[in-house]
Amino acid sequence: MTAADLPQAPAGRGLRGALSDWFWRNPGLTLFLMLLPPLLWLGIIYLGSLFALLLQSFYSIDEYSGLINREFTLKTYAELFKPANLDIILRTVAMAALVTVGSAVVAFPIAWFAARHAKGRWKAVFYLGVMLPLWSSYLVKVYAWKLILAREGILNWIFAKLHLTWLVEAWLSLPIVGGNSLSVSHTGTFLVFLYVWLPYMILPIQASLERVPGNLVEAAADLGATPRQTFWNVLFPLALPGVLAGSIFTFSLTMGDYIIPQIVGTSRRFIGQAVYAHQGTAGNIPLAAAFTVAPILIMGVYLWFAKRKGAFDAL
Amino acid sequence: MTASASSALPPAVSFEAVSRHYGVVRAVDEVDLAIAPGEFFAMLGPSGSGKTTCLRLIAGFERPSSGHIRLFGEQVEDLPPYRRSVNTVFQDYALFPHLDILENVGFGLKMRGVEAAERRRAAAEALEMVKLPGYGARKPGQLSGGQRQRVALARALVNKPKVLLLDEPLGALDLKLREQMQEELKTIQKSLGVTFIFVTHDQGEALSMADRVAVFSEGKIRQIGTPEEIYNRPRTRFVADFVGSSNLLPPDFVERRLGARRWGSLRPEQIALRPAGSGEGSPAQVASVSYLGATTRLGLEMAPEEGALRLHAVVPAGAAAGLAPGQAVEAAFAPESIHLMEDAP
Repeated sequence: MTAADLPQAPAGRGLRGALSDWFWRNPGLTLFLMLLPPLLWLGIIYLGSLFALLLQSFYSIDEYSGLINREFTLKTYAELFKPANLDIILRTVAMAALVTVGSAVVAFPIAWFAARHAKGRWKAVFYLGVMLPLWSSYLVKVYAWKLILAREGILNWIFAKLHLTWLVEAWLSLPIVGGNSLSVSHTGTFLVFLYVWLPYMILPIQASLERVPGNLVEAAADLGATPRQTFWNVLFPLALPGVLAGSIFTFSLTMGDYIIPQIVGTSRRFIGQAVYAHQGTAGNIPLAAAFTVAPILIMGVYLWFAKRKGAFDAL
Repeated sequence: MTASASSALPPAVSFEAVSRHYGVVRAVDEVDLAIAPGEFFAMLGPSGSGKTTCLRLIAGFERPSSGHIRLFGEQVEDLPPYRRSVNTVFQDYALFPHLDILENVGFGLKMRGVEAAERRRAAAEALEMVKLPGYGARKPGQLSGGQRQRVALARALVNKPKVLLLDEPLGALDLKLREQMQEELKTIQKSLGVTFIFVTHDQGEALSMADRVAVFSEGKIRQIGTPEEIYNRPRTRFVADFVGSSNLLPPDFVERRLGARRWGSLRPEQIALRPAGSGEGSPAQVASVSYLGATTRLGLEMAPEEGALRLHAVVPAGAAAGLAPGQAVEAAFAPESIHLMEDAP
């Protein structure tokens, strides 16, 4: 069939034809119509509720009646700085920071393998391996970890077989990170967070490493850089946008989570749990809202700092 | 300069029966090579001929499957690239996109712990040498291809390497820039006295720049020699065909003129035109006429009894005035201008 034989749409046939021609002639309006639903969704449902939440945080609760006093006050924010509440915030931020650093350290070699060495079938195996944990229920995974970390769990069994029980005991006897068993310690909480959020760190790093030309590594070695120098002077700065994107996920997801620390870990609360408790049983919506604003502010400060340090320069 | 002229010193680079195999593919096959200090050496060949692999073996990005590589007498095949006093100008320059030009040029010095002030001074000096002074604060993305090429050169030379490797460094440049860079590279090489090893698939570039040329094909070196040797006395049909515009003469044709049944080559400028019927040459018919300015390139269809061979001749423009395709002429050349080749007929 030659080009001339190809059927061609006759001009403006019927209403549909006229409509598609009209859209073609008005690309700006077409774009607007396509963006309208998501913009409404984002604007009203998401930003609107966020704004409502922000508003709530400036109200206060009447301690005697338990009713919400709808007058502007910073009293609720002041309450965040009570030792018990400040403790929760600092604990959560420290955990989120450790989980972020931990997952970056674990994710980098995996992402490097996927970006540089995996080809064809191995690449598929990589994606499957990274994504597979995301397909099963989050609760199932967390309860599975509770069993793994329990005193009678498989991890302790392995350590016993290796005659390393003393090592676990020594670790558990440490303050803060220790506890009765791994499943009721901050160490356990950390490990589960690390496991659950790891894919969100691997994939952005892998994407950023894919874009680093392989010969830059050779060029660095050629110019006398040892592998360690190549990593810190070439690879890491170029992968930094990916690390940062991943860290936004791991950091904010850890800060907002209220299920993992409830199932695995100590009885000490994290921000997510505090929000859950205050807006539920306690009915203290203003304090719950103020607690929610804390991670938003912290993320804002984190991103501002990262930008100032030039983390987005390689984008 | 040849390898034997400076045999008192160990060669800058030497290969002893070096092979590099990828599975069954012999990218480099039992190559022996000695490059003298201060030499401008070209590795010439079609893509896949093993020339780039040889360069990567010298740089240390690849390790030989067998054989030994020496730099100034020191065996290096077990040394990683960052322990060899060799620097590379990469084909696509491989500048670090997140560093500015001064940091790019100073990278090698920084890795060796040279302090910042000295590093900046040396980098600025190197940029001056490649005629890019004042470009230090820019990022590689803001430079043109030719400028990036110069930065890559400065980044390598600032480390004062004993051997500089250049992997098709001019391949991405347009013709005019390429010719200019060829001259500059030669000037820089002569003034620094550094051994330059240059990979190219462009015979003109290899012949015009190098002291010696190695012609590669299928992982082997087919001929090593000065540009004159390679051009005038190609040893095999492959070399004659790849290096030059030489006419390849089949054994029958050569036998009728020289008595020896061998493949021969004949340079186009050694063929002169005579009028048809003059009896001074062999009868031929003009097949094509390309005006090149000072000279004219002619395609000559030899008579059927010569095997209907197509020869190319380059004659002064005046001698070809008024010639048109289809015209009968005679092609004259001295039999001794036929160069005999070594491969079996």
